[in-house]
Amino acid sequence: MRLARRSVLPGFGLTLGLTLTWISLIVLLPLAALVLRPWELGISGIWHSLTEPRVLAALRLSFGAAALAAAINVPLGLLIAWVMVRYRFPGRGLADSVIDMPLALPTAVAGISLTALFAPKGWIGALLVPLGIKVAYTPLGVLVALIFVGLPFVVRMLEPVIVDLPADAEEAAATLGATRLQTLWRVVLPALGPTLLAGFGAALARGVGEYGSVIFIAGNMPMVSEIAPLLIVIRLEQLDYAGAAALGVATLVLSFVILLLINRLQRRFARS
Amino acid sequence: MATPLLTRRAAIGAAAGTIVATAAHAAEPTTLLNVSYDPTRELYRDFNRAFIKAWKAKTGETIVVNQSHNGSGASARAVLDGLPADVVTLALAADIDALAKRGLLAADWQTRLPDNASPYTSTIVFLVRKGNPKQIHDWPDLLKPGVEVITPNPKTSGGARWNFLAALAWARRQPGATDASVEAYIRALFHQVPVLDTGARGATTSFAQRDLGDVLLAWENEAFLVRKEFGETDFETVLPSVSVLAEPPVAVVDSVVDKRGTRKVAEAYLQYLYTPEGQEIAARNFYRPRDPAIAAKYAKVFPTITLATIKDFGGWDKAQTAYFADGGLFDRIYVPGK
Repeated sequence: MRLARRSVLPGFGLTLGLTLTWISLIVLLPLAALVLRPWELGISGIWHSLTEPRVLAALRLSFGAAALAAAINVPLGLLIAWVMVRYRFPGRGLADSVIDMPLALPTAVAGISLTALFAPKGWIGALLVPLGIKVAYTPLGVLVALIFVGLPFVVRMLEPVIVDLPADAEEAAATLGATRLQTLWRVVLPALGPTLLAGFGAALARGVGEYGSVIFIAGNMPMVSEIAPLLIVIRLEQLDYAGAAALGVATLVLSFVILLLINRLQRRFARS
Repeated sequence: MATPLLTRRAAIGAAAGTIVATAAHAAEPTTLLNVSYDPTRELYRDFNRAFIKAWKAKTGETIVVNQSHNGSGASARAVLDGLPADVVTLALAADIDALAKRGLLAADWQTRLPDNASPYTSTIVFLVRKGNPKQIHDWPDLLKPGVEVITPNPKTSGGARWNFLAALAWARRQPGATDASVEAYIRALFHQVPVLDTGARGATTSFAQRDLGDVLLAWENEAFLVRKEFGETDFETVLPSVSVLAEPPVAVVDSVVDKRGTRKVAEAYLQYLYTPEGQEIAARNFYRPRDPAIAAKYAKVFPTITLATIKDFGGWDKAQTAYFADGGLFDRIYVPGK
């Protein structure tokens, strides 16, 4: 690293200092406090508290549902982003702001409304129950809530990239005799690939940490529909701060590894 | 400008006044913070009004009483993390014990006031839908096929722990009961539970507003409140043959009142709960009064049931480890093959 090298832009030292201070105060310090907490349990204690069947089941549900929700949000978000950018239709402005609603809505409100809709006596729930589909108070409910909160991340990440996507590349493909599907598959999707991956990562990360909207619709049954963040809260209520922190660190490390892998993949994608 | 000068002079005067006069006749009224659990909102709203009036009549001092409500465990944790509660009025002794263990109040707190420091009691009852369509009359009826039981999670809710103990009390009193038969009953009971809310109010909402389940295991006071709020026509209370004597305890938090100088008023506040006025307010809010005269007056509202006490389970310390701590009976219900 050559920090001393003169940059064209002035104020490098000042801005770097501010950035580092800010990151330390807002991100690193709380994380350090979290990471320091579990050690009072000892290594074996931490291992023991993380390998209980109930904890494993909760982690499986949290990461599984978040990954599935993100996987569903990617094609869905692509479709919505594409329509928003490429087409002009009445009510577009309104639809555009509706997409941000899951971000603005307090998550508890989202959870309560989703539960009211999907409960066996709710508007949608009442239609699904005769078909044998139960959404509220099952792992499926967790998935629905995570799709809801994750969607805006994918759409908002894709939109600017689609705006920048040169339409002439598609037109050139068409004049060279490519079918519509071929254009989509060989021209459009590869250009969007890295962003799709990034959107997947953002939706996944959000889903793993989501608490407010999920606890209302999940049913919270141990081993079945109990998410990892709820287990953290339960441990706190039992005044087991170290156990809660251990689980917190575990979710953090897992998320970090997954996001790192996605980043890698993204870079490889971008190079090819 | 004259106004700021005036206020500054008044402030200096007030400051001097507090230094000269030892009695706390400062410009700022004394405040008291009562940290409580979920279903007591209505009770303490009424009680605070009465106490403020009584304290004014006795000492001439006007005070302000603030309330904070949450699940009992969450409230205890908030106090532990620094919420300056002058008094705590929680759902179970274990939560105040947790504060005592960490030095916030004396270990003998439960002997400092009469009746285990629990000025009022309650019990656990069944709330069923109108006409009792599933014919639920006692604990074994909860295991009937197709009956869905609503109770919050005992890990997070004090009320749910009393529910759990009430079920245990019944199972243990059955002829020929063994540890295995008791565990089998609890296991079967929780397999009828479709949702575990984190607190008593959440469970009440699931049952009363979302139409979930056939029977709600609830605080007696909460069952009365639901029938008052949602109309007498929709729900019925069923009294099981055996239940548990729930003793929600109260205590002055020593470390807070000594720092804030509020010990006198905090102690008077809790003692007022034991006076006929305090007992009357508790009874009106559907808590069972301790005072025999008031209890006799409300005998029609609170029928007699056979009640087990926490002593039957060896006290909270033992009950907590055996049933609710990690690896306890409640955890074992859900872990397969253990």
